Amino acid sequence: MEFTEKKPSFDDQPILQVKDIVVTYGSFVANDHINLDIHPGEIHALLGENGAGKTTLMKVLVGLLQPKSGKIFLENQEVTINSAITAQSVGIGMVHQHFMLIPTLTVAQNVCIGLRSAGYPFPDLRKVSNRIRELSERYNLQVDPNVKVSQLSVGAQQRVEIIKVLYRGARILILDEPTAVLTPQETDGLFEVIQNLAQQNNSIIFISHKLNEVMTISHRITVLRQGKVVATRNTPETDVRELARLMVGHDLGNLNVRHNVAKTTTPPLVRIENLRFVDERKLESLRRIDLDIHEGEIHGIAGVDGNGQEELARILAGLFTPTAGKVWLAGQDITHASPARRISAGMAYIPGDRQRTGLVLDMSVIENSILELNTHNPYSKNGFMNFNEINNLATNLVQSYDIRCRDLQQNVGTLSGGNQQKLVLARQLFRNPRFIIAMQPTRGLDVGATEYVHSMLIEQQKMGSAILLISTELDEVLELSDRISVIYGGQIMGTFHHGQTKKETIGLLMAGKTL
Amino acid sequence: MTQPSPETSRPSVSFGQILQRVFNPDLASTLGSIVLAMIVGAGLIALRGVNPLLAYQALFDGAFGNLNSIAESLIVATPLALAGIGVTIAFRAGVFNVGAEGQLYIGAIASTYVGLKFANLPGYLLIPLMMLTAMLAGGLWAGIAGLLKVWMGASEMINTIMLNYIATFLVSYLVHGPLQEPGSPLGQTAMLPAQAWLVHILPRTRLHAGLIIAVIVSIIAAVVLWRTTWGFHIRVVGKNPIAAQAAGIKVNWILLSALMASGALAGLAGFGEAAGPQHRMIEYISPGYGYTAIVVALLGQLNPLGVLAAAILFGGLEVGATTMESAVGVPSAVVTVIQYLIVLFLIGRGAFDLIRQKLHREKKLEQRT
Amino acid sequence: MNDILSFLTSPVVSGFFSASMRLAAPILLAALGGIYNERAGVLNIGMEGMMLMGSLIGFTIGHITGSLWLGVLAAALTGVLLGLILGFFTITLDANQVVAGISINLLCVGLASFLYRLFYGLGLQPRGSDYGIWNIPGLSQIPVIGPMFFQQSPLVYLTYLIIAVSFIVVFRSSWGLAIIATGENPAAAETLGVNVVRTRYISMVISGALCGIGGAFLSLVATSVFLDNMTAGRGYIALAILLLGRRNPLGLLAAALMFGAADALQLRTQLLNIGIPFQFMLMLPYLLTIVVLSFFVRRTDNPAALGVHFKQGGGES
Repeated sequence: MEFTEKKPSFDDQPILQVKDIVVTYGSFVANDHINLDIHPGEIHALLGENGAGKTTLMKVLVGLLQPKSGKIFLENQEVTINSAITAQSVGIGMVHQHFMLIPTLTVAQNVCIGLRSAGYPFPDLRKVSNRIRELSERYNLQVDPNVKVSQLSVGAQQRVEIIKVLYRGARILILDEPTAVLTPQETDGLFEVIQNLAQQNNSIIFISHKLNEVMTISHRITVLRQGKVVATRNTPETDVRELARLMVGHDLGNLNVRHNVAKTTTPPLVRIENLRFVDERKLESLRRIDLDIHEGEIHGIAGVDGNGQEELARILAGLFTPTAGKVWLAGQDITHASPARRISAGMAYIPGDRQRTGLVLDMSVIENSILELNTHNPYSKNGFMNFNEINNLATNLVQSYDIRCRDLQQNVGTLSGGNQQKLVLARQLFRNPRFIIAMQPTRGLDVGATEYVHSMLIEQQKMGSAILLISTELDEVLELSDRISVIYGGQIMGTFHHGQTKKETIGLLMAGKTL
Repeated sequence: MTQPSPETSRPSVSFGQILQRVFNPDLASTLGSIVLAMIVGAGLIALRGVNPLLAYQALFDGAFGNLNSIAESLIVATPLALAGIGVTIAFRAGVFNVGAEGQLYIGAIASTYVGLKFANLPGYLLIPLMMLTAMLAGGLWAGIAGLLKVWMGASEMINTIMLNYIATFLVSYLVHGPLQEPGSPLGQTAMLPAQAWLVHILPRTRLHAGLIIAVIVSIIAAVVLWRTTWGFHIRVVGKNPIAAQAAGIKVNWILLSALMASGALAGLAGFGEAAGPQHRMIEYISPGYGYTAIVVALLGQLNPLGVLAAAILFGGLEVGATTMESAVGVPSAVVTVIQYLIVLFLIGRGAFDLIRQKLHREKKLEQRT
Repeated sequence: MNDILSFLTSPVVSGFFSASMRLAAPILLAALGGIYNERAGVLNIGMEGMMLMGSLIGFTIGHITGSLWLGVLAAALTGVLLGLILGFFTITLDANQVVAGISINLLCVGLASFLYRLFYGLGLQPRGSDYGIWNIPGLSQIPVIGPMFFQQSPLVYLTYLIIAVSFIVVFRSSWGLAIIATGENPAAAETLGVNVVRTRYISMVISGALCGIGGAFLSLVATSVFLDNMTAGRGYIALAILLLGRRNPLGLLAAALMFGAADALQLRTQLLNIGIPFQFMLMLPYLLTIVVLSFFVRRTDNPAALGVHFKQGGGES
């Protein structure tokens, strides 16, 4: 996609200068002497992995966090940004990765919150709505001010977030991973908006970990790694390979996944038929799902977050009851089986939110090891727990899966994210389950942990497990899956074998365009 | 980091280690809460124009000064411990059983009824039968709130409190009506047959076998919580019901069974009061033991053995209070206030941490400038 | 039609309606307070205790000064203090909100007993004055609803005022928007410059004040005495009607009237000697609460962040 833009001249004075910012959390240094210049009309990308310090830096700029040391200059004047109001008054606004909206209120009401100029003590909603419409026009951000936010699509909610920030007079907009929840087509729409903003002399700081997008949209790129600025480049003068190297410190290797042309001739281990789910708010999250997964197959589900993946995973795990449809595991109808029965039948669930659904943070490693197996022989006899066996199991898991902990009594909450996920995996995979539901298994993990998780899944695949891999990281799904299905609006839009189709096609399906 | 070797990581629940759990770092702040509450209590006593030290001396004398006092304190401690352990089990599962008072009443009246009805049975049959009845009745009374929680998602906190009021009205009706002692104008049942009385275990005192029941129950409860599968499920559900469900634990069943077990123990406390000190069911058999049990459970850090200790402390406070009132004229309500100040300071433990953090931060700032 | 009208305006029925409103008022006041803190995302389980202390202090000050309004003011201030304390435990210290609230309740029961005896000794039960009824001219002549709503104690009229003010504040004012934001998505509210902690504290203070006034109603208007434990669970019933009335002042009015009616019914049938033992009639409001709470409340209406502790500054990237 080509963007013809007016190239800002970077001989101008920068509008924003960040000098030597240091942020610490206790002994952990999140930002280590960060230096950054932003010019008017510039689209500046901030690139880095999870945990590199990007969001921390941005929180400093919008007054949510105070740096330990360092200075910030706006148009050559030093400023201290100690609150959200201050940031607002100097023209900095942020669109967060997780939307900061109140679903039960309308767009106009959301824009008013905390804004004295909207009217005090009673906000003038009509005046606000009119101004929202003005901004909509000017920047091509279609939004109806009087609609409740809960009724808006994700793309529309993002537009509301941008308007909120513009309404408050922002000239420097920070967008934190804005495309995480958008389809490829919605992303193009967002890029046009960003272009428009830049052309009207606003500055954009675009935070991302997606190399291709950063190359497409930005004028300059700053790479952060482990809290430090590694490099700043003019976009035309660099490429994806160099950025990747700067970002992770080494070339991203290939995993060398051996892909089986899935044995679709033999009957599938898991069959999902005509699955439908209407939740308690009367929303039809799953319209119709038909899927099958064979032994030794990694079946990937690609899709943008919020199209029914979570509901699908939970129905399969037995946490939600489907409104209609059936699920078979090895020929047995498990549609209404309890989670306990599914576990006994050989199903394993790796939940997307390990800290909430996968672990009991306030309990020890050893107690977390037997969350599923505590009712099974030999870990339980006549209702009493057999601590020798449990101990052995936990020791086994910790050693086999290289879980770094002080001892088995350590509270799981104090383990690192990677080790927590390893514990979840260990617990599930140790039983050599026949069917694994892996929901966002590498979310929030660094490169090393991600590679480990991938290798563990592949090992299970080699041993004949059927794996349903649900992930919003398209590259992860494409790389690992033998077959890939695209989910959109609670329906499967298409199923393909590995390598059978182009990424663009998948992108279109993810956006709901039927072939 | 080295991998743990099998020797250094022993299974987590030897009995000694259960005891150890009571004496954890939190114990310091628990004791601190007690001390602080006593200090505030001293202030209230001084308001009455009495020397606090004299008052506290009378309090301690009345509580543990002689064999008879100790016996009286333990008599009060018994229902507190039983109900408190019940509340503990519910709390561990994340269920707020504020209805121990009502469950106590229901257990008391049900077991009294059975004791009167089957008065011809020998003691070794009658007493277990009464105990069983008390537990069943208390368990079912709690089960009402439990079922409503599990089926309809209704707050068990509000429902158990509502059931408390309903229970006391029900008992009032029964002891003034169908179960009233024939020929008496008082709100009480006929006296239980002699074989239904809990035997006195300390000569020349009123101390009855209910204490032994309480001690046994506390040991059993500790074992159940930390060595059985059901106990494990309760603790997991209490800490993270979502993960529990995903791991195959039947969360609704655990919530219901924990609440019913809680009610059963409160009911048992009611039996203890009827068959122990009172030898019958009376209209106001409990001066709020079910509510005090909540405080006792928290003070005992939700560990049955700790609850037993806390119950003895509170028993002493209650008994000592009346001595203090007659000796130095301070109303016994002061002790009630002290008791609840203890729990207020307990839950305010976080304040100590906050203050410590603030001081730490200020010190660091000083170091930098 | 005429028969129905004459029935509805007969002294017995009219008195019943009037009593319904009068008995609904204390619970309504407490629940109105609850709107603020629950919409802001904090639970106030200590309403029972706050009402009880309000009853005591309100009665005492009213007794000493002979003034209804000074008593009410004192009760409100008592509630403010308790609201601050509970707020400190729940907002700043992240204590379990249910446990903290119940603890406050238990503390207040003991404290109220102690203070009452401190003030009045063990002698005769002091009686307060009767502060009378204000007849609103014109409005009180309307059949049926006239006597019910407009021939009441001035404190009831204060309640109406609070209903109206609460509606405007919560649903129309900018501060109301801030409260809703704080309860639904405190992180978002913070990014918009709303001080979540301060908003929650203020909501707790209002809640405490209104609970105190509700308690004062019991000892100054509904009766003219203070009795141990006179709130008898009303603070918990107020929690139930918050759910039933969807945390909306008008919904609360309707729900509270229902309970007031049950209370009024129970009192009247005791006098009428129907043949049902009076203890069962006493159970009525509590049974009603259980039934209503269990079968007529939707759980999905709760503010999303209700009961969840908020840490300023949030986590890191």
